[in-house]
Amino acid sequence: MNPKFGVVVFPGSNCDHDAYYSLKKNLGFDTQFLWHKNHSINNSDVIILPGGFSYGDYLRSGAIAKLSPLMNEVREFAEKGGIVIGICNGFQILCESNLLPGALIKNKSLKFVCKDVYVKVTNESKVFSSGVKGEVFKIPIAHGEGNYFIEENGLNELKQNSQILFQYCDKNGNITEASNPNGSVENIAGIMSKKGNVLGMMPHPERVCSDILGNSSGKFIFNSIKFYLKNI
Amino acid sequence: MFKVKAIIKRRKSILDPQGKAAEQGAKLLGLNGVNSVRVDKMIDFMINSNDSDEAGKIADEFCVKLLSNPIMEDYEFTLEKVNES
Repeated sequence: MNPKFGVVVFPGSNCDHDAYYSLKKNLGFDTQFLWHKNHSINNSDVIILPGGFSYGDYLRSGAIAKLSPLMNEVREFAEKGGIVIGICNGFQILCESNLLPGALIKNKSLKFVCKDVYVKVTNESKVFSSGVKGEVFKIPIAHGEGNYFIEENGLNELKQNSQILFQYCDKNGNITEASNPNGSVENIAGIMSKKGNVLGMMPHPERVCSDILGNSSGKFIFNSIKFYLKNI
Repeated sequence: MFKVKAIIKRRKSILDPQGKAAEQGAKLLGLNGVNSVRVDKMIDFMINSNDSDEAGKIADEFCVKLLSNPIMEDYEFTLEKVNES
């Protein structure tokens, strides 16, 4: 089965075309755009909430996007176990929609950070990171509000349920304060829902899916999904 | 008609980098006594209702569901009855 990806387009999304191009051209998946005002995900097997500044990030990042008509469908899809990935602004939207716990606040430095970072796959996910637990990937980030915050109880729950999938680290996989680019609690770069079907992450895997760009480390997530869907 | 003033405050336990930056600015101005600066949001809006209980419920729902994020922010609001004209 070749999974069908749906990339949601909000007013202000700006990584939607990157995601579409990577999925369709670099990875060869059936891919479609889904306008946020639609009332159907049009038989998508996987939903991508891309990066950008939905609704200008007014009020809070992702706060208005959660009210878009299509988000009702995305919520229903996720609750039934559908695979959803929120990247950057998409992660913020997932948190605002209560599909993921916690919130993303302004970077500790107050600066917009745009650079390559290293992330470590710290848990096993059959869906998103099959066979790469413990590995380190170089992936770019580009955000002003990627500082992941969660209260202590919530953090303990994330740990107990093995929901923390990616943590910022150095080149050798050491999770250190110096390798934390935004002040996130415990260097968190990406988390999953309790059921493990919803992933939110600040780094941009869709930007690194092409060898010609010098880095194709983002492919592992999408290939893992393909493998997972093929085998269920 | 009610005039509402909602104040959205980031929880004290959460670092407020904007407040910290403003505090540093105060030091640069030589205002050494300034401390504990927090940057909050104030949002004004009107509600078409003559019933203060109803207006309060609407304002509360707006604050809970959209204007604030209960994970990291607290809110408070005041209602002021104003004439339609």
